[in-house]
Amino acid sequence: MIKVTIDDIEIEVEEGTTIMNAARMIGGDVVPPAMCYYSSLPGTGGKCRTCLVEIAAGSTKDPRPMPKLMVSCSTTVQDGMIVKNRTSEKVIENRGAVVEFLLINHPLDCPVCDQAGECDLQDLGFSHGKEGSRYEEEKRTFEPIDIGENIKLHMNRCILCYRCVHVANQLTDQRVHGALHRGDHTEISTYIEKAVDNDFSGNMIDVCPVGALTDRSARFKSRVWFLKPMNASCECTKCSGKAVVWMFGKQMYRVTTRQDQYGEVEVKDGKPEWICNECRFDKKDLEQWTIEGPRHISRNSVISQGHYEVSKTNLLK
Amino acid sequence: MGRKLLLEHINVPGIETYDVYRNHGGYKSVEKALKTMSPQEVVEEVQKSALKGRGGAGFPTGMKWSFLAKPEGVPRYLVCNADESEPGTFKDRFLMEKLPHLMVEGMITSSYALGANTSYIYIRGEYMFVLEILEKAIAEAYAKGWLGKNILGSGYDLDLYVAPGGGAYICGEETALLESLEGKRGNPRMKPPFPAIKGLYGCPTVVNNVESLCTVVPIINIGADEYLKIGTEKSSGTKLISACGNLARPGVYEIELGISVEEFIYGDEWCRGIANGKKIKALIPGGSSVPILPAHLITKTATGEDRFMSYESLSDGGFASGSMLGSGGFIVFDEDQCIVRNTWNFARFYAHESCGQCSPCREGTSWMEKVLHRLETGKGNMRDIDLLAEINKKIEGNTICPLGDAAAWPVAAAIRHFREEFEWHVTHPEEAVKRNYGLLKTPSITL
Ligand SMILES: Cc1cc2nc3c(=O)[nH]c(=O)nc-3n(C[C@H](O)[C@H](O)[C@H](O)COP(=O)(O)O)c2cc1C
Ligand code: SF4
Ligand code: FES
Repeated sequence: MIKVTIDDIEIEVEEGTTIMNAARMIGGDVVPPAMCYYSSLPGTGGKCRTCLVEIAAGSTKDPRPMPKLMVSCSTTVQDGMIVKNRTSEKVIENRGAVVEFLLINHPLDCPVCDQAGECDLQDLGFSHGKEGSRYEEEKRTFEPIDIGENIKLHMNRCILCYRCVHVANQLTDQRVHGALHRGDHTEISTYIEKAVDNDFSGNMIDVCPVGALTDRSARFKSRVWFLKPMNASCECTKCSGKAVVWMFGKQMYRVTTRQDQYGEVEVKDGKPEWICNECRFDKKDLEQWTIEGPRHISRNSVISQGHYEVSKTNLLK
Repeated sequence: MGRKLLLEHINVPGIETYDVYRNHGGYKSVEKALKTMSPQEVVEEVQKSALKGRGGAGFPTGMKWSFLAKPEGVPRYLVCNADESEPGTFKDRFLMEKLPHLMVEGMITSSYALGANTSYIYIRGEYMFVLEILEKAIAEAYAKGWLGKNILGSGYDLDLYVAPGGGAYICGEETALLESLEGKRGNPRMKPPFPAIKGLYGCPTVVNNVESLCTVVPIINIGADEYLKIGTEKSSGTKLISACGNLARPGVYEIELGISVEEFIYGDEWCRGIANGKKIKALIPGGSSVPILPAHLITKTATGEDRFMSYESLSDGGFASGSMLGSGGFIVFDEDQCIVRNTWNFARFYAHESCGQCSPCREGTSWMEKVLHRLETGKGNMRDIDLLAEINKKIEGNTICPLGDAAAWPVAAAIRHFREEFEWHVTHPEEAVKRNYGLLKTPSITL
């Protein structure tokens, strides 16, 4: 075990732990925001740069501060390392700049975006953004495309976190999905707009931190904060069958994975509980699910503002 | 005449063919290394020579080699970086085109030193004709027994391949290069791990520039002690400089490090001054990503000392009043050139070449490009100048690979030294547009 101090709080962690995960063990405000890192998808992280932190001392052995800000999601802690997150002005300033960069080409179309209310970029803009924009140029735009009958891709909203590419790489057996072009005209797409048709491709929607990948079966049906999320399970041979069903009255609007406070899929016994496309897109009937109870959304987004308690029996009446 | 180590026989007719090259001392370094030296001794010799990497960053080659991990049963690779795409740099192309056997020889001697049995030359996609020249040379080297199994009866095997890139500047960044060589999208990797630990196919790998590897040949031939006598204390040896811009005699020159900048620009042996009797306005001494120097800081440093063509002298004054030797892409501007237009042109290049992985570089480079385009076309305002300075500070140091820095530095330096010219573009929009030599038609980046 080694010792690391983050924002004046000391914690002991195992060697090889990243700063991000050490901060998550402490919890609360000490945790840097993550837009691209996703713990259940190895290889993610390092790209969005929102998790930048200052290293005030590298280690006990070499206590020099690091000249550059480091990405907490991909930098491992050293014994005696001193990290500054929200206590560093440099971090706050540069993270603000990253948010500005992420937003300059973003359409800011939250009023018509299905992700609104559970969008990490909205939350990040709220916590670290400025009120105005200094960007006077024309935004780069793309046409939305359907990648298969289930998923809609709005490239305008994408922040190129590459999480969905990792889903395509790691969860599906045939990769037809990746990045095209370079620079700010990089585009997530499928091979010649081919349909992504695979048992687990729907998980891309859940890992997408913004509204770039949305569930076509649930699009434009309801704002998320009007829906009641319930933990539900079903017998499924392909996946864990553990999901959250989003209800409006007795009507089921959508099915998603169960996500923790960082918006990441829950992990049980070391296994991420991804759900298959059949559970996600085809089981929209209450009869197909066993309701376990209301789902508490612990994230700081709008949905958690509408606290509610419904019992299973009430809902089914 | 300065001493020539690489280009000594450049004017010999037929030097690109095996026989002529061999008759002029070719492949001697391979003989010497394989017959009389252990791989470790070759590494030590290169370390002793203090050769600095010629690809731009100037990292000591011998030290890089000594970092190479050597786990049992895992292959090691040597990869030559021939992606040369930085605006203003065209020395590697010259070397490979005119002296393909020097490249092959450098690869063999270096691969032997590193214990690599498979090596690659990753060449820029636009250099297809050079690839053909190299392949011909490699075929000749195989036929004469310099490549393949049991070279010179030493028991050492080496296969050498040339792999073309798809034409992306970013694939010159060493980890993007490795991704591309593996057949993937050329996105730079996160470091650590460094290639010396985990490189090509996850195996320990050394990536070196063309010129660095070619220079290993004379180092082994004449010995590190002799090599150290050339150049300055901190910059040993010779360096190729690709000189371009408004020079009377642009071209690729091999200089002894440490000659004065004044001599290099005005000397008869070298560039012979500014073309058409004009005055010099600015200099970019080491390829498009290094800071630009205004006229008064070119031949003298800020403290009034002479400036020399060496790593230490060109960077004298840090970023405030100095620059860098970089890759040796020496770009000269005369008094008629527009610094704003040039800065925009570079910004356009970086915005186009950013791989798009990390947000500050992806968004920031194209933002700078758009603001600069507005300024250049007479549509800017004073706020834009500060905005530019602000954006580049937020890119610098916050990205995965140094392309972000490379894009930020030239803009920062141009504003630092030529702010008045930026302001003039705001106050004199019509004249600024007129000064554009009709180049205004070049559009801001579109898809
Ligand atoms: C964006 C970018 C482009 C680069 N392009 C080249 C290149 O074209 N050729 C090259 O030799 N090095 C290039 N480099 C430097 C390489 O990453 C690497 O440092 C170099 O090949 C090491 O060789 P050396 O030690 O022999 O100089 C580039 C670096 C960056 C960040
Ligand atoms: S700095 Fe630019 S080129 Fe380098 S990894 Fe980031 S986006 Fe790609
Ligand atoms: S979460 Fe660390 S860089 Fe994106």
